[in-house]
Amino acid sequence: MEFCAHARAIAKREWSAYFHSPVAYVFIVIFLALAGFFTFSVGGFYEAGQADLRGFFFWHPWLYLILVPAVAMRLWAEERRQGTLEMLFTSAVTPAQAIAGKMAAAWGFLALALALTFPVPLTAAWLGQPDWGVVVSGYLASLLLAGAYLALGMFTSALTRNQVVSFVLAVVGGLFLILAGFQPVTELLARWAPAWVVDGVAAFGFMPHYEAMQRGVLDLRDFLYFGSATGFMLFLTQLVLANRTGR
Amino acid sequence: MIKVEHLVKKFGLRTAVDDVSFAVDKGTVLGVLGPNGAGKTTTIRMIAGYLPPTAGAVSVNGIDVVADPVAAQKQIGYMPENTPLYDEMTVAGFLGFLAELRGFSGKERDRRVDAILEKCMLAKVRHQTIDTLSKGYRRRTSLAQALLHDPAVLLLDEPTEGLDPNQKQVVRDMIHAMAQEKIILLSTHVLEEVEALCSRAVIISEGRLKADSAPADLKKRSASYNALTVELLAPRAEALQAFGRIPDVERVEFVAGDDRKQVLRLVPRDRQSLAVGAVETAAQHKWMVTEMRSDPGRLDEVFRQITTTADVAKPAV
Ligand SMILES: Nc1ncnc2c1ncn2[C@@H]1O[C@H](COP(=O)(O)OP(=O)(O)OP(=O)(O)O)[C@@H](O)[C@H]1O
Ligand SMILES: [Mg+2]
Repeated sequence: MEFCAHARAIAKREWSAYFHSPVAYVFIVIFLALAGFFTFSVGGFYEAGQADLRGFFFWHPWLYLILVPAVAMRLWAEERRQGTLEMLFTSAVTPAQAIAGKMAAAWGFLALALALTFPVPLTAAWLGQPDWGVVVSGYLASLLLAGAYLALGMFTSALTRNQVVSFVLAVVGGLFLILAGFQPVTELLARWAPAWVVDGVAAFGFMPHYEAMQRGVLDLRDFLYFGSATGFMLFLTQLVLANRTGR
Repeated sequence: MIKVEHLVKKFGLRTAVDDVSFAVDKGTVLGVLGPNGAGKTTTIRMIAGYLPPTAGAVSVNGIDVVADPVAAQKQIGYMPENTPLYDEMTVAGFLGFLAELRGFSGKERDRRVDAILEKCMLAKVRHQTIDTLSKGYRRRTSLAQALLHDPAVLLLDEPTEGLDPNQKQVVRDMIHAMAQEKIILLSTHVLEEVEALCSRAVIISEGRLKADSAPADLKKRSASYNALTVELLAPRAEALQAFGRIPDVERVEFVAGDDRKQVLRLVPRDRQSLAVGAVETAAQHKWMVTEMRSDPGRLDEVFRQITTTADVAKPAV
């Protein structure tokens, strides 16, 4: 109960902090603009003449690669820089409670941004008959992907008091996780590496799981993948915070 | 009770706190003194459950701070140095947030926040965002946060730093009023504050505990302790000579005087009381003593004696 109360208080504070700074508005505008641009111009949404959202979801991993670290970088780095970490962790709050609260606020914020893309499926519905099951599973996959990126960004943010360092580390980490399962990279790797190495590296990647869900295939293993990737990163964050050395 | 036993904190190779032990009971206001970088803040952070000690034990009201920091923190109100606050929040919003972390919600939270805003004289800035506050108001917001849940233990790291003289007095009065029913530990560089406020003082230097006693006892260590100032009607040269012959007197200093009245200062060899000897000497010569007072010692002198190392005492020219 105390866990929930503390996590809720922290989530509430974090959420209003987003909207008290330009971060929230800038993020939402840029996210929507880029999502629209990639979908309608680069993705050839109209030209494809299909009422599906492949072209829309295809770009999400790349958008998140840059944008999610921008949301996550301040989560802990800012607390360290301002010194409020000391205030927080001397007010009977545990790292796990604080992580849960911040994760909920930031993920909720990303969910809000994602929800604001609703005109895209509406356009698809206007163009034809989209498979709503696939649309829903596409959104679900996108949300899980955002959560995994966020957990990664949370971890890198806990490592440093410098937001730029946190951002760069998160982008590099995210790039690895995208490329690990990316078709061209896998093919490149397969030319000289034995199959088990290729499979091993690919198993780390976001993409196979993300793509499977994009096709409307809801497999428990994909959920487990995202769940454990996110959970593992949050666990690392908790380790870092528990071993803090002050300033 | 706060109990600190053989506390050690190392940052890499540097030892910031080195084998510090003390205990503080209810009703005590303990002043923690020491030069910059002595390890005061580091010690307080370990008691507050923020920094884990490298070695040693800390407990607060019987709760092991290292093993169960959250349970200990429920008993503690902590005002950190440098006033870390969430700059984008309003004063009331910030205190409301901390009240929630302290387990209050709904009406009770609002009531607590209102009461503490009143008590710390923050009511008129309650809707102001924290980054627009002046330093003194920030300090007061930080103090308010520490008092929100009426904790049994207060850890105040330089509580009056940055306050104007009136506010300093207000905060001292607040601490004084709470002294009876709480355990209070405060660090400060203002030595008058220690005398006015603290029932006990510890001096830390280079991470080590150098002194632990009541401020009045601490002052007795001062070289000028018991130096006697005598005002009397007597000829100057004879008086200087006569008082200089008292066995315990190391030297006699001439302070002021004219051809009738002299003010002399008698410095003892080893901080002994000189009153009896001085009175006897004056009586022998039939000199009239108009005033006499002995020096209670000076805390700043003791502080300097205890904390200066060779390199600080002799600044490079
Ligand atoms: N996180 C840290 N990492 C490395 N060194 C530290 C850290 N925190 C404190 N120190 C060092 O430990 C020593 C004690 O610092 P501390 O802040 O406890 O001093 P203080 O007595 O509070 O001084 P002041 O009067 O200036 O506030 C200093 O030498 C400081 O540089
Ligand atoms: Mg300090």
